[in-house]
Amino acid sequence: MMLDKSILLTIVLAPLFGALIAGFFGKRIGRVASHSVTIAGVGLSCALSIYVLYQMVWGGAQTYNQNVYTWFEVGSTSAHIGFLVDRLTAMMMVVVSFVSLMVHVYTIGYMADDDGYERFFSYIALFTFSMLMLVMSNNFLQLFFGWEAVGLVSYLLIGFWYKRPTAIFANMKAFMVNRVGDFGFILGIAGVLMWFGGSLDYASVFAHAQDPSLDMASRSVELFAGHPWHVATIVCICLFIGAMGKSAQVPLHVWLPDSMEGPTPISALIHAATMVTAGIFMVARMSPLFELSETALTFVLVIGATTALFTGLIGVVQNDIKRVVAYSTLSQLGYMTVALGVSAYSAGVFHLMTHAFFKALLFLGAGSVIIAMHHEQDMRRMGGLRKYMPITCITMWIGSLALAGAPGFAGFFSKDAIIEAVGESNRLGAGFAYFCVLAGVFVTALYSFRLLYMTFHGKERFVVDPVKQHHGHEDPEHHAPGHLAHAPHESPWVVTVPLVLLAIPSVVIGFLTIGPMLFGDYFGNAIFVNEANNVLARVGEEFHGAMAMTLHGFSMPPFWLALAGFATATWIWLFNPSIADKAENALRPVHTMLTNKYWFDDLYQAVFSRGGIAFGRGLWRGSDAALIDGAINGSASLVDQVSALVRRLQSGYLYHYAFAMILGLILLLGGSWWMFVRIAA
Amino acid sequence: MITLAHFLTLGAVLMCIAVAGIFINRKNVIVLLMCIELLLLAVNTNLVSFSRFLGDPSGQVFVFFILTVAAAEAAIGLAILVVLFRNRATIDVTEIDKLKG
Repeated sequence: MMLDKSILLTIVLAPLFGALIAGFFGKRIGRVASHSVTIAGVGLSCALSIYVLYQMVWGGAQTYNQNVYTWFEVGSTSAHIGFLVDRLTAMMMVVVSFVSLMVHVYTIGYMADDDGYERFFSYIALFTFSMLMLVMSNNFLQLFFGWEAVGLVSYLLIGFWYKRPTAIFANMKAFMVNRVGDFGFILGIAGVLMWFGGSLDYASVFAHAQDPSLDMASRSVELFAGHPWHVATIVCICLFIGAMGKSAQVPLHVWLPDSMEGPTPISALIHAATMVTAGIFMVARMSPLFELSETALTFVLVIGATTALFTGLIGVVQNDIKRVVAYSTLSQLGYMTVALGVSAYSAGVFHLMTHAFFKALLFLGAGSVIIAMHHEQDMRRMGGLRKYMPITCITMWIGSLALAGAPGFAGFFSKDAIIEAVGESNRLGAGFAYFCVLAGVFVTALYSFRLLYMTFHGKERFVVDPVKQHHGHEDPEHHAPGHLAHAPHESPWVVTVPLVLLAIPSVVIGFLTIGPMLFGDYFGNAIFVNEANNVLARVGEEFHGAMAMTLHGFSMPPFWLALAGFATATWIWLFNPSIADKAENALRPVHTMLTNKYWFDDLYQAVFSRGGIAFGRGLWRGSDAALIDGAINGSASLVDQVSALVRRLQSGYLYHYAFAMILGLILLLGGSWWMFVRIAA
Repeated sequence: MITLAHFLTLGAVLMCIAVAGIFINRKNVIVLLMCIELLLLAVNTNLVSFSRFLGDPSGQVFVFFILTVAAAEAAIGLAILVVLFRNRATIDVTEIDKLKG
């Protein structure tokens, strides 16, 4: 059977409708109506997405690939709005709309005191629309539209509190770094249009790429004279640079930690669960292209492995609760990229899905803690919150266990699959990547449990100070650091219900879906892997069901590394917090390097920001002020000087004018007489 | 024997005196007006001479017109002069330089 076009249109347009109503009429219809209309839109979208997934998996629905609207035509090239809905898309649609729905509900509680309530709902619904457009696209141009639209909403939401200078700095930074990635991305799309059959439609591009008679894998072009490059390598690296920007891979990762300036719900939705995974989704979707180029995949692999380990290490020294989760997001995105790099696209997308649930859970849990602490985010002023907010504590534990890869939890299956796939791969760089992902397991456990211990366990490092109770909640600045107006308490149900609803898939989703998604034929022909590169098939030979994998997991190195991380974190931050300080002093250079984030920010600011400013200043002074202004002001002053000379002739004396008249008359007469004589002669 | 050339020379001399008066005179606007009259007289002299020597009386008719216009011009010129003197309390040419650029 075919999916119905109207269902797909409703999935996309319902959130847009909600966004427009809440955005344009928010102040008029009020808070309740604003969140009702957006939640209704996203809820409808979510329900229909689940229906679509159900139809794809159990209803025998065929892959839907049709254009619904012609955007424009230029000569023989035409751009369409169209939908490609296969099982990969259906899974992404469910993840996006489900997490978005949870975040919408959660926002009712988190943003309750905020003036921009209606605006916020409008933005997140708009984000849902953009993200769905991105994942459901059947051509590169619509993909790019969705890509830019989610980037725009991300910009708007990072700078949501636009009166804070840090937020404005962060959203500018995010936008600029993404411009770098998008530049590569659009070059990649241009390359696809140029070399892959002159179409932007996925189906025809992939058909062209896989056509044996064209042999795209060995076709090359000389970008620089004398240096032939494979076109597939050029196109794939350019496309992946786009993914590096959006999915925050080293060295374009610097914007993601700063994006934590935005409200926590969007950190969960955009900067953890969905938008940042767009790059991973895109590479998986383009698997027929990436399979053509071993070089591009090695590039992907090395970038991903670097990100996975080295950003995780930064997470260990962060004290802001949201930043720890942000660095763990970076690290996990690195894992997904590593999976793409060894051609285990399904494993990357699988980790994307499990990560979306548990990372959204962790962020929303962090947000719940932040509400309780009256917008205090520094973990050094938390501790012992377990007894004040049990639901948040338990769900955060679940999320962290899933993140650290405790056997049986969702993250275990996806992460182990990636590690084993890397181990099986013999691609260049796989050895480095294997080391990074294994070491990353230890680091992940270390910062995850550090966060839990510093937040929920140990001594309370804040003071409840009821004298200051007359201050409002909205003015955390008025409290001394570490002083609270009243004791922290559990968040309202709109906050805890999404936590619980996200905790459930964080536990079970991996167990339930690993079989069909990784080793079955769930993805069918949505993801293409060359037989020679198919590491997952080799891993799958040893796969005997999720239960067996769980039990087997206890004897595998990742488990022991995670356990070691857990033990280290427990030993240090639960029992001997003084060791952390001693270690900090003993490893001073390392600690400095990590707190400075390997000086990436400083480097970029010194080279690109300052360089850009200096370059602009040079152009302003040299080119604009000196050359252009010089020419304009110079011609004006030339006129001025000439007229200053000429005006001396205008003496105002009658006899001067009379003399000039006589002189003119003589010249005229003499001239005409001379002419007359000449002509006559 | 007085020839046409003598009369034309007289006209030219009158003309030159008038022009020189306009240039050289720095003191008195009335002298300027007189010089302009003198210019017209120089022209008149030429017209009368040619009329006489060519035997065509229309030149002398022109002279009457010129004399009439000159009289009217003198009247208006003197009236302007009176107003000028009332406003500026001077008829010194070197001080009348309002048109200076």
